[in-house]
Amino acid sequence: MSTLTAQKRPVSRPQGRPAPELIFGDLWEYDPAPETADPKLKARYELFIGGKFVAPKSGKYFDSINPANEQKLAQIAHANAADVNAAYAAAKKAFDTTWGKMPGKERAKYLYRLARLLQDRAREFAVAETLDGGKPIKESRDFDVPMAAAHFFYHAGWADKLDYVAPGRKVAPLGVVGQVIPWNFPLLMLAWKIAPALAMGNTVVLKPAETTSITALKFAELIQDAGLPPGVVNIVTGFGDTGAAVMGHPTAAKVAFTGSTEVGKIIMRSLAGTDKKMTMELGGKAANIVFDDAPIDQAVEGIINGIFFNQGHVCCAGSRLLVHEPIAERFLAKLKTRIKTLRVGDPLDKNTDIGAINSKEQLATITRLVAAGVKEGAKMFQPACSLPAKGYYFRPTVFSGVSMSHRIAREEIFGPVLSVLTFRTLDEAVEKANNTAYGLSAGVWTDKGSRILKMSTELKAGVVWANTYNKFDPTSPFGGYKESGFGREGGRQGLLDYCKLA
Amino acid sequence: MSAPAQSVFRRLFDEVGPVDHVGIEERVAKYTTRSIKKNAKLWGLKTAVSMVDLTTLEGKDTPGKVASLCQKALRPHDGLDCPPVAAVCVYPAMVKHARRALGEDTAVRIASVATAFPSGQAPLRTRLAEVKAAVADGADEIDMVINRGAFLSGEFQLVQDEIVAVRDACGSATLKVILEVSELETYDNIRAASFLAMRVLRPGDFIKTSTGKTTLNATLGNNQVMLEAIRDFYLDTGTPIAMKPAGGIRTAKQALQFLIAVKETLGDAWLNNTRYRFGASSLLNDLLRQLEKERTGAYQAPYYFSEAAESY
Repeated sequence: MSTLTAQKRPVSRPQGRPAPELIFGDLWEYDPAPETADPKLKARYELFIGGKFVAPKSGKYFDSINPANEQKLAQIAHANAADVNAAYAAAKKAFDTTWGKMPGKERAKYLYRLARLLQDRAREFAVAETLDGGKPIKESRDFDVPMAAAHFFYHAGWADKLDYVAPGRKVAPLGVVGQVIPWNFPLLMLAWKIAPALAMGNTVVLKPAETTSITALKFAELIQDAGLPPGVVNIVTGFGDTGAAVMGHPTAAKVAFTGSTEVGKIIMRSLAGTDKKMTMELGGKAANIVFDDAPIDQAVEGIINGIFFNQGHVCCAGSRLLVHEPIAERFLAKLKTRIKTLRVGDPLDKNTDIGAINSKEQLATITRLVAAGVKEGAKMFQPACSLPAKGYYFRPTVFSGVSMSHRIAREEIFGPVLSVLTFRTLDEAVEKANNTAYGLSAGVWTDKGSRILKMSTELKAGVVWANTYNKFDPTSPFGGYKESGFGREGGRQGLLDYCKLA
Repeated sequence: MSAPAQSVFRRLFDEVGPVDHVGIEERVAKYTTRSIKKNAKLWGLKTAVSMVDLTTLEGKDTPGKVASLCQKALRPHDGLDCPPVAAVCVYPAMVKHARRALGEDTAVRIASVATAFPSGQAPLRTRLAEVKAAVADGADEIDMVINRGAFLSGEFQLVQDEIVAVRDACGSATLKVILEVSELETYDNIRAASFLAMRVLRPGDFIKTSTGKTTLNATLGNNQVMLEAIRDFYLDTGTPIAMKPAGGIRTAKQALQFLIAVKETLGDAWLNNTRYRFGASSLLNDLLRQLEKERTGAYQAPYYFSEAAESY
């Protein structure tokens, strides 16, 4: 019998032969598998004020474009200050006469109804979300829409139990709340904002982002179907001027904003000196930290999920990879192999992993920052996948050899671009991870439990995920440190941001 | 567990690296959301047929049963343009009957489960004698079981020595090493055992999930752990090891999901029956049923398909 010692070590490759490579070719190409559910879009969407769809006072409309093929989807009303005034008046009236006085258990019924209606029409909403925003159908179908419904279910459950939100204290609603949401998760962000506000007894004026208004306006149809009293939720669409009017309106008792740090600062400046409550959920530049004892393949998967989920249009995207030096080379090779199997293309195709960039402007921003990365000397890797001829697409991109002073390591790119840095010790990892103006999220990958606990106390981030990434739940508060904002959304903490405590 | 055994475990795990259970489950859940349509579906189904090791492993097997299994292996279904299966898989005593049914010049290979299958609890010389007898009777491939008892008590050297002995007894026959994943229990163990085996295998030899005789057999999860081990070993050494999930794969839909895992983990070079097999019996008829459905547009009743083998 041959002995183990003679056979123990793997036979190393003979020198001079080419390194073995895996072939991810077209031997078994998947046929197109487009989702065919009807999104039931209208040609023109009006403003939703006082429970009715009303034309904007200015008579102006703008186009909503499908970023996957640059075709027009619908016309969206452009609200001006007078429209926003009308929306606040409707919301104030609803707060004073119906919603603010309604017992919690009655409000809960409406919220449950909204959640179920959304579930009933999940496929339709998923297709609409994908058409309007460019995200892959598998994400809108399996994440955005179910998670939005989950938020309504969760907060419906709280509505009649508000006496227990803050034990020993009494809670009361604030009044009318102004909310501005971003374009990366249009329907989900709407749910994050509206569900806790309504559960607490507030009424709402909400402005969706100009590139992704459609699902918010479809949601307005659900509000009508659910029979909510008129004016409890008002949706005004438009550009930055509309948003400024919503945020600055004197009737608003509180404003909630999710979006870029830049705009967040403008809003905070404009509201300085008023007595409005504020919550801000702003940008991020999260570090995903991989130690040498991590389960490598699962870490690679998590990094991929962390940065390429929703084309990287995620405020908590793991856009900086910090990898332990001993495994850096091997890890990067595995990461590249995995990226070669990602499928970029038509967002409506059920097999698409990475869809379209949300807008032409965002594509330009990403292109500019990537060019800066190349110019500053970082090494760029992109897989050789083909992109559709029309529409806004960007290849998944990995930069290696990045240092902390590079722009691509400091600025939020908000696209499918990963910057890879290395570290030698735990302290260095913490130092690098925290060396940023942001502090929204972080990820730690290690097999060692004590290291997870240590890292989670040292990292200045609102969420620290361990051996996973981009996990969300309505029960779990989400929000940032430093310039990533303040206030929390989700969970008990999120509700407390929508009430007065007495 | 005694201290030395523990350090043996730790050393092997350090060498091959850990596996995160939750991460694996998450990864394979994504395979199940892939949507395979039209030509891609046809290609997948036919490829899966060509990868089947059509199996009967029962105490009540007879030469007649084996002969009819061989006929099915050669011509899976009348009127359907589909390849023969890769192999028939039988007990050693049935190898000569299979050889008689298939003849010498045949596209279908004969695999035999030797080494006191499924427990492996026989003296080594008995197991080796069984392997040699099967090969002498005409087996092209030998499916062996590893010594799980030795693995779980940390006697890795013994496990590996036995694989080497069986490999040498195989001569030119292909060797498939059954890890019996359900008895190893953790993904960490499955990965470690995969490496133990691969380090002494020849290019083209297989690692295989299970005997099909325990409660839990091939799953997308343990398939993924083993595919990743094969990938890492190939990239390190250049030695391509083949893979065979066995047991529990009963439907065409499952088979396509396993193939998607192969395509997205190991790539095109593993999408053929020299590198990937399905150990199954009832799977074949479901594949044929789906192929007929693609051809005619309607599902046929099960009794239109011959020889629904029941074993696993």
